[in-house]
Amino acid sequence: MKHLLKNREVLLVVIIAVMIALFATRAPGFAGPKNLANIFNDTSILIILALGQMTVILTKSIDLSVAANLAFTGMAVAMLNAAYPALPLVLILGVAIGMGAALGAINGYLVWALGIPPIVVTLGTLTIYRGMAFVLSGGSWINAHQMTPTFLNTPRTMLLGLPVLGWVAILIVALMVFVLSRTGFGRATYASGGNPVAATYAGIDVGRTKFYAFVLSGALAGLSGYLWVSRYAVAYVDIAAGFELDSVAACVIGGISIAGGIGSVGGAVLGALFLGVIKNALPVIGISPFAQMAISGLVIILAVIFNARAERNRGRMILRAHSKAEGGA
Amino acid sequence: MSALTDPTNSDSAQTRRAIPDRLGTPFTRILASWEVLLLIVAVVIFIANAFASPYFLNAWNLSDATFNFTEKALIAFAMALLIIAGEIDLSVAAIIALASTAMGAAAQMGLGTPALVLIGVGTGLACGAVNGFLVSGLKLPSIVVTIGTMSLFRGLSYMVLGDKAYGGYPASFAYFGQGYVVWVFSFEFALFAVAAVVFAVLLHATNFGRQVYVIGNNPFAARFSGVPVERVKFILFLLTGLMSGIAAVCLTSRLGSTRPSIAQGWELEVVTMVVLGGISILGGSGTIGGVVIAAFVMGLVTFGLGLLNVPGIVMSIFIGLLLIITIALPIVARRMKGRSLR
Repeated sequence: MKHLLKNREVLLVVIIAVMIALFATRAPGFAGPKNLANIFNDTSILIILALGQMTVILTKSIDLSVAANLAFTGMAVAMLNAAYPALPLVLILGVAIGMGAALGAINGYLVWALGIPPIVVTLGTLTIYRGMAFVLSGGSWINAHQMTPTFLNTPRTMLLGLPVLGWVAILIVALMVFVLSRTGFGRATYASGGNPVAATYAGIDVGRTKFYAFVLSGALAGLSGYLWVSRYAVAYVDIAAGFELDSVAACVIGGISIAGGIGSVGGAVLGALFLGVIKNALPVIGISPFAQMAISGLVIILAVIFNARAERNRGRMILRAHSKAEGGA
Repeated sequence: MSALTDPTNSDSAQTRRAIPDRLGTPFTRILASWEVLLLIVAVVIFIANAFASPYFLNAWNLSDATFNFTEKALIAFAMALLIIAGEIDLSVAAIIALASTAMGAAAQMGLGTPALVLIGVGTGLACGAVNGFLVSGLKLPSIVVTIGTMSLFRGLSYMVLGDKAYGGYPASFAYFGQGYVVWVFSFEFALFAVAAVVFAVLLHATNFGRQVYVIGNNPFAARFSGVPVERVKFILFLLTGLMSGIAAVCLTSRLGSTRPSIAQGWELEVVTMVVLGGISILGGSGTIGGVVIAAFVMGLVTFGLGLLNVPGIVMSIFIGLLLIITIALPIVARRMKGRSLR
């Protein structure tokens, strides 16, 4: 399995490299380090969301409320900043992450305690959270001039050739690698999705693991809420509408199995970068930006087909090994 | 639907083992059923609406109120069968957008009403076939597949239209969404009534309907009993596509224009309607009668809130709450019952 996963990531790196090379033939500057850093910075928020989404998907669940969570939290911190400009940024960050985590905890609680299918819970909270963003703001916008310079400029500050926003994404990636591969929660996440029954017998509380996965996904969505609002310098009800699909797409492209238990941080990051490169390349090669939605849809479907084939092959190999062992005995 | 069914959920296992000594009299069973409960809720909302607004009790206003749910209910009937069979289709609203765009493009070329209807319904069928092929042909999980096709179908619509809109439909095309059969009964309402009867017969009085239940309860047992599981699922996706195409004809005719954002978020309302109608999201149980009443409940709620000047996005909060609460209530009730037995 490890070998196969490695293949998938290598494959994605090759595909992305080929795409960049192809686009560079049309627009010479495309493959330059400055533009590549730009693409990475542009994809940072998607990477952060995809990592939260991945943790949830690993436990055999799905979180469709991440974009609504982002919009609600983003609106809340923007209004907080507009109303109390003296508040330090650290506090605002704390509010964003805490509020996002609380919204994620609502999802997680409904899934854990009531056993409602995650897709139904998050379809419901998707509309509720976005509706709450409207109720909170009364439908009005928070514009750049209402936000403080610190609030706006911190993610844009350049640090070693990359804006802080990009560094935040790198930090989150490192953190997620650590959490998923070096902590009990990480092991429990893979076990709960890979084989819930076996996980239960091994003493893992599957429901609680799902709950924590939703809290983590919510917290990252909350953080993204602040990052989004400060990056685009505006907060309104419809920000990031439909972005939950992009986060699912990034995971599926990255080889994270929707059936749970299979996937890696590297895969999710590469899946997000794949979408990021396409998004940045469309205007360069003269395709209407309106085509982006159809392209991500097509890519999701192709990735699902590809994943299913890979997983099916794996299953067959295990069976063959079994029958051989039996024949030998 | 691997992400929906949760093998660690101990609730279903417990209830399956509990077999009551007596079933109770038919009368008490009917009274305790979800459909009757829902009917009572519908009546209460109706009366509350009548008190809340003086404009509510008017034949024409009530007729207007039906437009809130008829198009969604058309899709909900097919979606009900799909969910009973253990699958789901999140692309229905995107199918409406694509079918409407196809009709709009055809209207620009000067095609007549019959051709437009054919194109709309045909697009719906084609989209349904794509979903059906991906799910039953390639054996992929329907949730991700239809999230993908949702993005693909609506994306195609955006590719064609961008930020523009189609209009200029022929005058006779307006009948499907704006015409009346007799007095206050609109064409859409008549279509809704006919579809309700057709789907009720299909689900409750044919072999096909039995097969749908069997598949939802246990697809493996169904396969071993000779039920053509994949073929039935394919037909159900076709049906859902067909009904989405018909809904697209009605909606486009009613609005008289097509934008790529048409019917945005309807997949959620359709699923809510189905689940509110007492159809188990885990598959295997539910009735068309429940969906019919649920359609009225949702129509009455949105119309009542509309009369009270509640904005649409706030209404969607109510829809989301309704969805979660209606699923959570039976689970909580079952748990409390289980506790009192112990």
